[in-house]
Amino acid sequence: MSDISYREISLNGLWKNNPAIVQLLGLCPLLAVTGSVINALGMGLATMLVLTVSNTCVSMIRSFASDAIRLPAFVMIIAAAVTCIELLMQAFAYELFQILGIFLPLITTNCVILGRADAFACKNKVLPAMYDGFIMGAGFAVILMLLGAVREIIGTGAIFANMDLLFGEGAKAWKIVLVEDYTAVLVAILPPGAFIFTGMIIALKNIIDDGIKKREAAKTIESAPTSRRVRVTGNIS
Amino acid sequence: MGFLKVSSPHAHGPMSTASVMRLVLLATLPGMLALTWFFGFGTIVNVLWASITALAFEALALRWRKRPIGFYLNDYSALVTAFLLGIALPPAAPFWLIMIGTGFAILICKQLYGGMGYNPFNPAMAAYVMLLISFPVQMTQWLAPKGSFAGDLLGPIEALRYCFGFGREAIDAITMATPLDVLKQNNSLLVSDLWSQSPQFGQVAGKGWEWANAGFLLGGAYLIYRRIFTWHAPLSMLAVLTLMSLFFYDGGSSASGGSPFFHLFSGATMLGAFFIVTDPVTSAVSNRGRLIYGALIGLLIYIIRVWGNYPDALAFSVLLMNFAAPFIDHFTQPRTYGHKTKGADK
Repeated sequence: MSDISYREISLNGLWKNNPAIVQLLGLCPLLAVTGSVINALGMGLATMLVLTVSNTCVSMIRSFASDAIRLPAFVMIIAAAVTCIELLMQAFAYELFQILGIFLPLITTNCVILGRADAFACKNKVLPAMYDGFIMGAGFAVILMLLGAVREIIGTGAIFANMDLLFGEGAKAWKIVLVEDYTAVLVAILPPGAFIFTGMIIALKNIIDDGIKKREAAKTIESAPTSRRVRVTGNIS
Repeated sequence: MGFLKVSSPHAHGPMSTASVMRLVLLATLPGMLALTWFFGFGTIVNVLWASITALAFEALALRWRKRPIGFYLNDYSALVTAFLLGIALPPAAPFWLIMIGTGFAILICKQLYGGMGYNPFNPAMAAYVMLLISFPVQMTQWLAPKGSFAGDLLGPIEALRYCFGFGREAIDAITMATPLDVLKQNNSLLVSDLWSQSPQFGQVAGKGWEWANAGFLLGGAYLIYRRIFTWHAPLSMLAVLTLMSLFFYDGGSSASGGSPFFHLFSGATMLGAFFIVTDPVTSAVSNRGRLIYGALIGLLIYIIRVWGNYPDALAFSVLLMNFAAPFIDHFTQPRTYGHKTKGADK
């Protein structure tokens, strides 16, 4: 496993094995706090930081933690990392901390983090583990923000509202009102909207994957040797 | 000599899906006429626009799914969904509201699950709930019934104009809280006082509402007579609703939940009992299962109407029981011919 390339880790985290839309892990924050871009961004960044820190630490202790105490040790590390992030947010983005509420401490129970610790970090060296944590977190954050953007646009007719919670006073002007006098579509902001749009994002990914597969299949047929025996029985696929 | 190779089922129903659906459409007419008589042409406009958009969405979805468009459009199932949704929405609802509703019903609740016969939830009711939680303001603008206010009812032209957004502000002047709403908000008047003081009450329930419900009852009775569905689910739903309202009527004090007649002939009771609860796709399948299914819907309707946040409860109750229908089926499987029941083995 140690010969795994950074390119492969990136591809895995961002697309092929994306925690949010392929592994379907961490659905609780995915569904709960993606009502707007700012909430999604806050949650995504927090998760990404926790994932990077916990993966690094887990990788560092991987040869000392025996199998019997492996999981409790991982959970302790994750909980410590989450507490740090929570305190940081409380210090520097207090309003966002209040909006995210219980979902910040709940990052501890996010399956993505324990999953990566157990599946990757405890089998790999520190640097790849750290990078994997970062990329997996980024993949998660990107989907969170995509979902947040879709729900915010459909739900309120505007995007990037309240960005000042994270980026300071200057970000107040970032809000873009797409439709004036918009009738709010509350369902997009309520929990059912999260389920519906998550399903659609997953469907979109599958469509893109299908397209890629078909294109590759078409390529291989073109380059096939001409002297192949013609198959006349069974299903020709 | 050639034998016909026909596989089971060998016994066929005498009616095709299309003719069943046509009968259902026909049976909604009395109720729809009553609604039009008392609330103006808004309902007709709703139903027409819902039908057009539903058929368009259905054709679009079938095209995307590469299914035969003509074949599936001819089974009238999209039209039934459109009729039920159009009737359930407030008369002369804005055109975009209806369009979002039919789009959600046909594209998401029906075709995404695999089309006719595969949808776990009643499309019309799911769309209604979606609209209700998304657009509470537009969804609670019911018009005042005939005889409760001085002005004229909506004519066909006016209804069309309001539906498509011209001079819509004027509609606020002729909207009124529904009787269910009035009873729900009431916490100081005796039921009899409430009756005499509020213009929207009629003989046993709301003005207009009682006739609309009677109309749907008539249509439903005709469908039972034509054996489109069995009596089990509607009857058990109405029976439980009656029992519950009888039990909590308390003689008409200010905390009363309303009389049994009031509940039977208010809101969407009869429309639900005969046109929604009897949906063959999303309800329980055995007769025993249907009794349980209907009874629980009746119970939920009363609970949500009287102790819940929303004035009417049919759509929520039906959706909740749609969830439960497979579970009910699991525990009410009829004995298969030639096999003993599980209990008989012991």
